[in-house]
Amino acid sequence: MTPIIKVKGLGKQYRVGARRQQFPTLRDSLARVVRKPLDILRANGHSEMFWALRDVEFEVAPGEVIGVIGRNGAGKSTLLKILSRITEPTTGRAELYGRVASLLEVGTGFHPELTGRENVFLNGAILGMRNAEINRKFDEIVSFAEIERFIDTPVKRYSSGMYVRLAFAVAAHLEPEILIVDEVLAVGDGQFQKKCLGKMNEVAKGGRTVLFVSHNMRAVVQLCSKCIWINEGQVKSRGPANEVVVDYLSSVQPQKMDGLITREMHYHDKLEELSFARIELLDEDSNPTVVNYFGDPLRFRVEFEVLRPLEQVRLGLVINKFDETVVCAVQHTDAALDLLDLQPGSYVAQIQVDVPLIPGPYYITLFAKPDGGYWTSGERSLDYIAHALAFNIEEVSAEGGAVLPTNALIHPVSRWTVEGKSNS
Amino acid sequence: MTISNNAGALTSDSEPSIKIAPAGTSLPDKPVVVIEPRAWLALDLQELWAYRELLYFLMWRDVKVRYKQTALGVVWVVLQPLLMMLVFTFLFGRVAGIKSDGLPYSLFAYTGLLMWTFFSSAVNAAGNSLVNSAALITKVYFPRMLVPAAAVGATLVDFAVAFIPLAIMMVFWKVRFTSNLLLLPIFIIIVVVLALGVGMWMAALNVKYRDIRLALPFLLQLWFFASPIIYPLSLFEGKVRWLLGLNPMAGIIEGFRVSLYGHKPFDWSTIAFAGVVAIIFLVYATYNFRRAERRFADLV
Repeated sequence: MTPIIKVKGLGKQYRVGARRQQFPTLRDSLARVVRKPLDILRANGHSEMFWALRDVEFEVAPGEVIGVIGRNGAGKSTLLKILSRITEPTTGRAELYGRVASLLEVGTGFHPELTGRENVFLNGAILGMRNAEINRKFDEIVSFAEIERFIDTPVKRYSSGMYVRLAFAVAAHLEPEILIVDEVLAVGDGQFQKKCLGKMNEVAKGGRTVLFVSHNMRAVVQLCSKCIWINEGQVKSRGPANEVVVDYLSSVQPQKMDGLITREMHYHDKLEELSFARIELLDEDSNPTVVNYFGDPLRFRVEFEVLRPLEQVRLGLVINKFDETVVCAVQHTDAALDLLDLQPGSYVAQIQVDVPLIPGPYYITLFAKPDGGYWTSGERSLDYIAHALAFNIEEVSAEGGAVLPTNALIHPVSRWTVEGKSNS
Repeated sequence: MTISNNAGALTSDSEPSIKIAPAGTSLPDKPVVVIEPRAWLALDLQELWAYRELLYFLMWRDVKVRYKQTALGVVWVVLQPLLMMLVFTFLFGRVAGIKSDGLPYSLFAYTGLLMWTFFSSAVNAAGNSLVNSAALITKVYFPRMLVPAAAVGATLVDFAVAFIPLAIMMVFWKVRFTSNLLLLPIFIIIVVVLALGVGMWMAALNVKYRDIRLALPFLLQLWFFASPIIYPLSLFEGKVRWLLGLNPMAGIIEGFRVSLYGHKPFDWSTIAFAGVVAIIFLVYATYNFRRAERRFADLV
């Protein structure tokens, strides 16, 4: 299929000085003119220049929903800004075969003094909606935002939640052929985020082409069919969303994979009581691994040091999906063991968790709590390692024809009986 | 046993679904938008027209917001030139005894102030408009020219309101209209063109050099005294008068008065000159703006 977005050799160069210095003044400009002969003598100005984006190439087919991921400052936002025509590229070319609307911020152009109603019209116009279009969708927008009662109140009196809801509601009712969205799901309360995600999903399924930047990897995987990973201004990889996200996540915290716990991984700066040293995922032969197969029990080996005598210690670990969803939290007391009284020394814990995780990337959070505490957070812990170990659950050839749902967390063994009588 | 793979089964709470044309039915042969580095951008009138509703909304916002939470509201529009008129009438009309082409000095001064207040507010508002809209410019695309244009447009509303006291004063001074009044729109058009030109030029410069923000009020102050607002052009003769005529506001303000009061013949040469200068300004400012526009989002 012919692409709806064609990007070739796109690059954007910033002058580093110009970025840092917010307001160039006339005086500086004059000074630069005076200095210019010197600049020319200094061979080149390359040291001052910085490529925020370089040689970016990709194509997007109509109806595709593409996630754009990468670290902060990798160039994602610059790419979206170029494609939304907010800023001009230094090199390259992009062709868009459709109307574009971009949503780089929720509530762009909202004015605090204006009422909700007035802002809907203003914001809609700014985002490129026609007056008639806004009129037609007005009721829908207001009911989506759930602020019917306050629609004629100035938005400066809105709670931040109401403000975000209204702003997103306007944007959600845009109908361009190409929609460019930057991290808009990072706002609002959980419930509304879910609703936004639902709306985005609807947009995506509706056949529109969407470019979607987010740090919420779950949202990316759920919404996007493909993914572009931008690193240091260049396309590092692209492909099916799931694969690119896994690659990206394992690169973000590469130390997680070996299970060796380094100094900066500890929650506390100083450890005087207990210190985790290593966590390993073990295969069936008790060798360390980072991949387990679906349905196999998870077996972990945890090494830790006790630095002074401790009483009533509780050890535990949390299994998180790569997008930070908690799958489960287990503690040694689950196994009917007492809270631990420990003397200084080296210890090893062996843990087996029977949880049929859906294939995909996961990571482990480790914690040790004093005085029988069981909160799974870093506070009031003896030691707490947020990303102690990353691992993958691989799919095995599906025996018995089970099809694994990709958006579930676990796929437990279930036992069924189906009975009935034939009429014939 | 099978479980259907219902990927992405999130659905919003029974929201009415969006109706859109099926995707990929037909893509245009030519790109709708081409993005590439350019030296400068041609004036895209078609695009400006497509965004005319936004121009209206931006103007409407400016007008609406300006007087929210002010006790006197729109009265401020009238108050400023009226108070200045009183001060100038006392200082120049009474104390200094400046001649006013045979018109009552207060009427003479208010008419000039009306025109000038529009011009200086419009230039000032337009000049700062881009910088004040930084949040918008860095987050969404639309023709940037709408920003200063909306600033000028919003000031035009104030201008219209400030006509009300003038009308009252004209009744008070029993002014009788002449056929010159038919030419009144010409002067309003010229001043809008000039304000747009100067305003857009300043707006583009302001993005790069914040000095403009500081210099603009001062420059406008100087321009005020160089314009025949509180004195008639006829006060001067020879080279000084010729020099003052180089100011496009001279032709505009004097012509504006003559169209209202018909107290002397039109000075067509200064008026024509003002018109030409205004157009040159607008053309240059448009070119300059389109050149600078590409970098607004990076600089603002």
